[in-house]
Amino acid sequence: MANQSSRQPTITVTPEQYKSLAQQYTPKPTVVKNVVRAFFVGGIICVIGQIIINLFVIAGLNRIDASTAATATMIFLGAMLTGLGVYDEIGKFGGAGSIVPITGFANSIVAPAMEFKREGYVLGVGAKLFTVAGPVLVYGIATSIVVGIVYFFLH
Amino acid sequence: MFEMIMPAFIVGGLICVIGQLLMDLTKPAFTPAHVLVSFVTGGAILGALGWYEPLVKIGGAGATIPLSGFGYSLAKGAMEAVGKQGILGALSGGVEATAVGIAAAVFFGYLMSVAFSPKG
Repeated sequence: MANQSSRQPTITVTPEQYKSLAQQYTPKPTVVKNVVRAFFVGGIICVIGQIIINLFVIAGLNRIDASTAATATMIFLGAMLTGLGVYDEIGKFGGAGSIVPITGFANSIVAPAMEFKREGYVLGVGAKLFTVAGPVLVYGIATSIVVGIVYFFLH
Repeated sequence: MFEMIMPAFIVGGLICVIGQLLMDLTKPAFTPAHVLVSFVTGGAILGALGWYEPLVKIGGAGATIPLSGFGYSLAKGAMEAVGKQGILGALSGGVEATAVGIAAAVFFGYLMSVAFSPKG
């Protein structure tokens, strides 16, 4: 192995190619920062969800209903914070930590709909609600149907 | 009131890290829409394989609040409904299981879009 490592490299690259290769393999320092922020913001949003579930359980709901009710509550909160302009600030800091939770889904519904209000309530608000929610529902529901059909034939 | 807090934080945080890596390391970069679609589809497939269920047991809201949990509910609903109603359940089960979330998103989303205007 030692002999092999001292021989001339067999790959020939032009300085330009080397530059672009080096750039490609240099880890961007922002990635680490973004990951840490996403972890904390995403984690905290899920903790808020968990506290809401626990409160619904204390209020007498069973675990599954409490989880469903908490999801609806989180959607409400995400939509409201988007309306108030607060969620954009969370998003600037948290990146995917604010996008991946269901509150980010609510944000993706309200933000474009609000933006396009001047185009009317049907083709503005009504249509733009589904800018991101549309693809999510299309792929989510379609996948679930395929899963159901496969499950039907396997059982 | 404070049970499951740490598991939810860790599991939820890690799931969001996957989303962040998808956005930072893909070329051309994933937009938020791509991330959400990937997570709902991925969650449904993992749910179908039975791999998401343990994550829900360990992480609670840490696994159900991310959009992958929505995908998991869709797939789980479809499979449970097939068990009860046969092939018709494949069509109805997913939407039925997630009806509260879908309806809440449409209704609250509309309400807030009408009530508020964008800042700046």
